[in-house]
Amino acid sequence: MNSLDRLEAHSVHILREAYREFKSLVMLWSIGKDSTVLLWLARKAFFGHVPFPLMHVDTHFKVPEMITYRDQLALQWHLDMIVGENTPALAAKQTYPDGALSRVECCKSLKSEALKHSLDGTWPRRRMDHTLGCLVDEAKPEAFTGVIVGVRADEEGSRSKERTFSARDCQNEWDVGDQPPELWKQYKTDFAPGTHVRVHPLLDWTELNIWEYIDRESIPIIPLYFDQGKGRRYRSLGCSPCTTPVDSTAKNVTDIIAELRGGKFANIAERSGREQDKEDGGGLETLRRGGYM
Amino acid sequence: MSKTHQHEQISIVMAGHVDHGKSTVIGRLLAETGALPQGKLEQIRAQCRRNAKPFEYAFLLDALKDEQAQGITIDVARCFFKTAQRRYILIDAPGHIEFLKNMITGASRAEAALLVIDAKEGIRENTKRHGYMMSMLGLRQLTVLVNKMDLVNYDEAVFERLRKDYTEFLERLQIHPVSFIPVSGMQGDNIAADTGAMPWYKGPTVLEQIDRFQTSRFPDTLPFRLPVQDIYKFTEQDDDRRIVAGTIETGSIAVGDAVVFQPSGKSSRIRSIEYFNGPAKIRAAAGEAPGFTLDTQLYIKPGEWMVRADEPAPQVGTRLRVNLFWMNRAPMIRGKTYKLKLGALRSTVKLVEILAVLDAAEIGVDSAKQQVDRHDVAEVILETPKPVAFDLIGDIEQTGRLVIVDNFEIAGAGIILAKAETVATTVETPLLHPVGAHGNTSKFAVSIIALTGVDNPDSPVLKRLNSQNAIVTMRTTVEGGGEPASLETVFKLLKQQGFILDYQI
Ligand SMILES: Nc1nc2c(ncn2[C@@H]2O[C@H](COP(=O)(O)OP(=O)(O)OP(=O)(O)O)[C@@H](O)[C@H]2O)c(=O)[nH]1
Ligand SMILES: [Mg+2]
Repeated sequence: MNSLDRLEAHSVHILREAYREFKSLVMLWSIGKDSTVLLWLARKAFFGHVPFPLMHVDTHFKVPEMITYRDQLALQWHLDMIVGENTPALAAKQTYPDGALSRVECCKSLKSEALKHSLDGTWPRRRMDHTLGCLVDEAKPEAFTGVIVGVRADEEGSRSKERTFSARDCQNEWDVGDQPPELWKQYKTDFAPGTHVRVHPLLDWTELNIWEYIDRESIPIIPLYFDQGKGRRYRSLGCSPCTTPVDSTAKNVTDIIAELRGGKFANIAERSGREQDKEDGGGLETLRRGGYM
Repeated sequence: MSKTHQHEQISIVMAGHVDHGKSTVIGRLLAETGALPQGKLEQIRAQCRRNAKPFEYAFLLDALKDEQAQGITIDVARCFFKTAQRRYILIDAPGHIEFLKNMITGASRAEAALLVIDAKEGIRENTKRHGYMMSMLGLRQLTVLVNKMDLVNYDEAVFERLRKDYTEFLERLQIHPVSFIPVSGMQGDNIAADTGAMPWYKGPTVLEQIDRFQTSRFPDTLPFRLPVQDIYKFTEQDDDRRIVAGTIETGSIAVGDAVVFQPSGKSSRIRSIEYFNGPAKIRAAAGEAPGFTLDTQLYIKPGEWMVRADEPAPQVGTRLRVNLFWMNRAPMIRGKTYKLKLGALRSTVKLVEILAVLDAAEIGVDSAKQQVDRHDVAEVILETPKPVAFDLIGDIEQTGRLVIVDNFEIAGAGIILAKAETVATTVETPLLHPVGAHGNTSKFAVSIIALTGVDNPDSPVLKRLNSQNAIVTMRTTVEGGGEPASLETVFKLLKQQGFILDYQI
């Protein structure tokens, strides 16, 4: 087994463990390369099926192609997709692009808050209706207690310290100093009522591993990651006002891999195009303690 | 990067006492091999200037605000870097006793370890404790870094003395270190380059050493063991496969092989090996996480072991003699119900006997202790309500391990030393001479309540006692009624058979 085989088997094991242990499980899908690889790994784990819903938090500031790609793939792969958002904040224009909030506050509101209330079922959500082929309002949003998230340890400092199964209390708080032990493929799968759990199957993957795997498996990936002829591409996908494309002429997966292995990006952090990180001293820790993914 | 190693990756953990320089050594290594993102070093330097703190390479790893404020590693960090040889995951573990469970988390993922000792402070409590933990975790590939050589004038004698003392200590744990390297994380000596500070040292630098570590191979020549994680039947899109899924711990298997599920004892044959988006498989081996369909529709439950019928079977029993390490603040006590996780199995479990409690730092034994406290290592007997299947650590490491959950937390981790018998073993004459009024044909049913000192007791247990140094607790009854033989009588007869007995009731 090479290292991609090992990473795959390890992530598959974690996904099956999560599916076994949690009654109400959901996987976050940001449409980016990591969560799309995660989605692919779920199809590996469950032999072509994805036996739990996917949740996408729509900030309404995503690059429009992302939404088209999301809906297409959801229909094609028979995905049970749920979409949540912070409707009141968007309606009241309480956002960074509207000039009302700082970047970090905006992230908290449109992502962390929206996610929290979409997960606990207290805010309205929409769900993909496969007979109609579009999103419809969900009649009775249920609460999820297990959330699968595609964060990687190499992304930034606080993520390098994540556990595979990580408890968050009812306030969504993360006690970084007192995390559960994990050993011998045994994870924290027992929880007091009122807590919920984040499951991180991708912690050991690097950005390079992700692209190598996309290449090996021919996973369909959103073309925003490739240069369309203007000499620019996205390396990390977020909201358009806070994510700048990087200068690159990588036109396909092979080019990206070459760029990461030895080329110009070998030593530049992936999230360097994400402005909210800089407001937090580069650590993202404050945001993440408060429920940011 | 050469093509052959392009995909090779190895995980290495840093261990050692608090403040001996683990994070500093990694920080140096990352900085000197160009593994840091552009501007990262400058950013940390600027941050240190802003906060009027001296620059620390450790801050590259200690990313949490509390960690930098207190100058201590709290939680394990994974960092990634590569050499011309291959890719690495370096796991920086904390040295403070308070965060021992974090160190264990880090070490359990590693294939090799770098254990750091401060040349000036020498061997301290957690230098030893971490050594002990590594031996329990089965981590045997170890290099010792004698750090802060700059503080002892790069004195060879200091290095040699530490090498001798710590080697002796490790040998008691059956760990044979790969090498000892004198370094200075702060000055960068012998980290990525030989700076000439210690001309008397001829061995490899840290960077050269880690390139020499062996990646662990998946144990595919051991007997096949698959912990059944789940059984899937996804009916969507007319899928009618019923798939047994799990990650193969050891061994290998092929389509057509006869399999047995343990402890239920049900058997079948492999019909197909399932794997999404890949060529059809006829074989699968350790490390892989495929699925299996069977020739017959068996009712089996998650938690069983699927094993090959033509290979040695696992042990099945309710009493396990375990070497257990305890991590929770609340002690482990007798009689309380805990949760056991062993492979994919979940069961309740009770602590029925504490045989000895060791102090992992001093490796002293306290046999009078009646509970297992936080950070103790204890030899105990655990009991499950129903028989469970397992292997002994001496037979198959991967499946001879378990964890104990207390109050929703993984609180203990253990390795299984032996099966403690409870099953009544009928011992026939001539092993025991007849007693009482039943003449030459009577049999004793001897039930062994606890058995220690025997690593791999086969049934009938007593057969093997001859050659072993064992402690047996037993109860006797006589078949067909009548007076049970008194223990004195049984012991006398056992002695006549040549057993050396430590008489206890
Ligand atoms: N003089 C000298 N000081 C060193 C050396 N290596 C580390 N130090 C100092 O020792 C202190 C502790 O170093 P760390 O790297 O944080 O130690 P650690 O082992 O990671 O500590 P914990 O993770 O908290 O257990 C820091 O102040 C370092 O600057 C060295 O080679 N020489
Ligand atoms: Mg440290």
